Amino acid sequence: MSHQSHPSDPTDLSDLSDVSRATSAVGTWQPNIVAFLCNWCSYAGADLAGMSRFEYPANIRIIRVPCSGRVDPMFVLKSFERGADMVLVSGCHPGDCHYTSGNYHARRKLTAFRELLAFLGIDPRRFQISWVSAAEGGKWSAVVTQITQEARQLGPFKEFPSWENGHGGASDRQGA
Amino acid sequence: MISLTIDGRDVQVQEGQTLLDAAKALGIEIPTLCHHKAVPPAGACRICVVEITGGGRPGLVPACAYPAQNGLVIATDSEAVRASRRMTLALLLARCPEAQVLHGLAKRYGVEPLADRLALSSSVPANQKPKTENPEESRTRTTTRTRTIEEAKCILCGLCVRVCQEVIGPAATCFAGRGPHREVSTPYKMLSGVCIGCGACSFVCPTGAIDPAEFCSHPLERIPNEFNCGFDFRTPVHIPFPQAVPNKPLIDRENCIHYKTGRCGACAKVCPAGAIDYDMADQIVEEKVGAIIVATGYEIADPSVYEEYGYGRYPDVVTSLEFERMVSASGPTEGELRRPSTGLPPKTVVFLQCIGSREEQGTGKEYCSKICCMYTAKHAILYKHKVHDGQAFVFYMDIRSAGKNYEEFVRRVVKEDNATYLRGRVSKVYPRNGKLIVRGADTLSGGQVEIAADMVVLAAALQPSSGVRELAQKLRIGYDQNGFLSEAHPKLRPVETNTAGVFLAGCAHSPKDIPETVAQASAAAAKALGLIAHDRLTREPTIGVVNEQSCNGCFECQPVCAYGAIERREIRDRKDNLLQVVAAINKGLCQGCGACSATCRSKSIEVQGFRDDQLFAEINAIAR
Repeated sequence: MSHQSHPSDPTDLSDLSDVSRATSAVGTWQPNIVAFLCNWCSYAGADLAGMSRFEYPANIRIIRVPCSGRVDPMFVLKSFERGADMVLVSGCHPGDCHYTSGNYHARRKLTAFRELLAFLGIDPRRFQISWVSAAEGGKWSAVVTQITQEARQLGPFKEFPSWENGHGGASDRQGA
Repeated sequence: MISLTIDGRDVQVQEGQTLLDAAKALGIEIPTLCHHKAVPPAGACRICVVEITGGGRPGLVPACAYPAQNGLVIATDSEAVRASRRMTLALLLARCPEAQVLHGLAKRYGVEPLADRLALSSSVPANQKPKTENPEESRTRTTTRTRTIEEAKCILCGLCVRVCQEVIGPAATCFAGRGPHREVSTPYKMLSGVCIGCGACSFVCPTGAIDPAEFCSHPLERIPNEFNCGFDFRTPVHIPFPQAVPNKPLIDRENCIHYKTGRCGACAKVCPAGAIDYDMADQIVEEKVGAIIVATGYEIADPSVYEEYGYGRYPDVVTSLEFERMVSASGPTEGELRRPSTGLPPKTVVFLQCIGSREEQGTGKEYCSKICCMYTAKHAILYKHKVHDGQAFVFYMDIRSAGKNYEEFVRRVVKEDNATYLRGRVSKVYPRNGKLIVRGADTLSGGQVEIAADMVVLAAALQPSSGVRELAQKLRIGYDQNGFLSEAHPKLRPVETNTAGVFLAGCAHSPKDIPETVAQASAAAAKALGLIAHDRLTREPTIGVVNEQSCNGCFECQPVCAYGAIERREIRDRKDNLLQVVAAINKGLCQGCGACSATCRSKSIEVQGFRDDQLFAEINAIAR
């Protein structure tokens, strides 16, 4: 987040969002995918994909977390609330967690959470989990390509129109 | 204190000590036979007589039983003393010409044994010859003593009778008969039911005349020496093995007579340092430590589950560890290799490798035990050096001799020591005509082989020590499906575990040989020192912090923490009343994964650098 425009309020990135929304204004809608990547495997795998010059769609925005076990279901909901069309959580392969068991916690918790998404009115297909190791740059590129394709098929996330219209004060709620 | 003079030298001793103790304090040696430090003195054999020349009533007295008194003047080597000892020795030798200890003393005092002087052909007097066995006696053999103690050695000093009665307690032995028929026996000359088979009588006997089996109605229970794989025996007080650390004796409570009966206590009486304390109990010692190195080693997987090899059924089928003890210079035979069944040197030995290792299915281990190829090669060399005309065969799957000079070593076994290596497995081992027939495949020649062997040595698989799983759970370190402890990273952190401050060394981690174990142990020691050598621990700052105001003490975070970093902290008021118990994070253990943070329902744990508000800010920024 080096391109923050207002140092006094680092969360106010209205300029940037205007730029990203500009694409949809033109009419060529692009899905917005938020990805939570664990620091040791998937983030390193994405890094490797870049260093290896693998190509993948630019629709994904990565948030680095220490471990997939750090991902609170609220992060996913907040992403949808703020307008993400798809959310991805990616960690180390089960059994390979840098923190021994964090991805097991993530797997169990997020699988259960995925079942609850339909209850919240969110298509569970909009929430994806993948395991990408630090050596799997190619796999990362394939995962992103595939979920971007799926996100395009699912279309824009409009199940929460009130939020879309700015009701509910989503833009004022800065988390926590 | 009591002052007296012995051989012109003054000495002071404690009240209640004997002349023998006083002489010993001066370094004057007085010969004894019926005396033992652990047994109250009796003055029976009269070999220890000394002369009182002043300060009391003059005369010859037994030094072992005569109490030291103030002002006594004693001569231990006067002509009267020497004459008395000569007479005693001559009489004892006349009865016991086979007692070697008497011959030693006789030489010293210039006594010619009577039997030598008379040039008697038989050394045993007629009335003490072993009784011939008559049919009536053999009928009652099970209860009646048929063998007598070696009377040509027994000096009738009664030390054995006294030790059994006064020290051990059961009083299984006694004197029987009168005059020339006097002997050490059991009541009614029956095999004793009260004898506990401790062997104290045999141990104290000055002439080596007693075998305790002669008294006991039940088989003597001898204690197998665990270090020598049960090939020899040990006493209840023993040093576990040479080079033990600490190299000090210990008392095996299960077998010690003192712990079993409350009697004996001989070791406490003979220990000059007074180091024996029977009331000493196991105690739990609590220490705060900065690092833990787990080096719990390995065990041998029991090869008797493979019935085709006959381990446990045929005495000549042994494990490599047993073979190692058999050829060891400090082993039960002092390095002389003997077949367990016959006691003769084995002329053909077959070594079978991979017993229970590298098994993809079945009862065995999937992994390679790694050290067997090299120790089997070593055993083949040792065998050839012990039995020059012997032939060693080795059945192997692959020779894994990766290591510095290892391949050369195996080559040497084949070239210089003529060991025959056969690539293949053995299907069956069975006895025939006093030999063990080893039937197996030689896959290189494509044929079946049958070897008539004297011994079969099984290189059984290594497995982690029992109980290591419980220990790992206690330390919160990982282990694999085989029970070997897991390193933090297979390439980059091979001696650390995932729990900070716990390190691994040796076969607890995986099967490894001595150089590898030493290297890993050195690395673990260096890592531990690196951790504790500084006053303060340096850690990544991205670790968890607890908001004690909002933590409600549910401790859901505890089970999700892979590092045991979450502790319970009690918050108390000034009067020490407990107000609240909250989670507290051990900053040395926390690795900052955030599992606790995602689990906490009251949002009271945050990972610094990855706080909820920081992550929500990121989400707010990009998810639109």
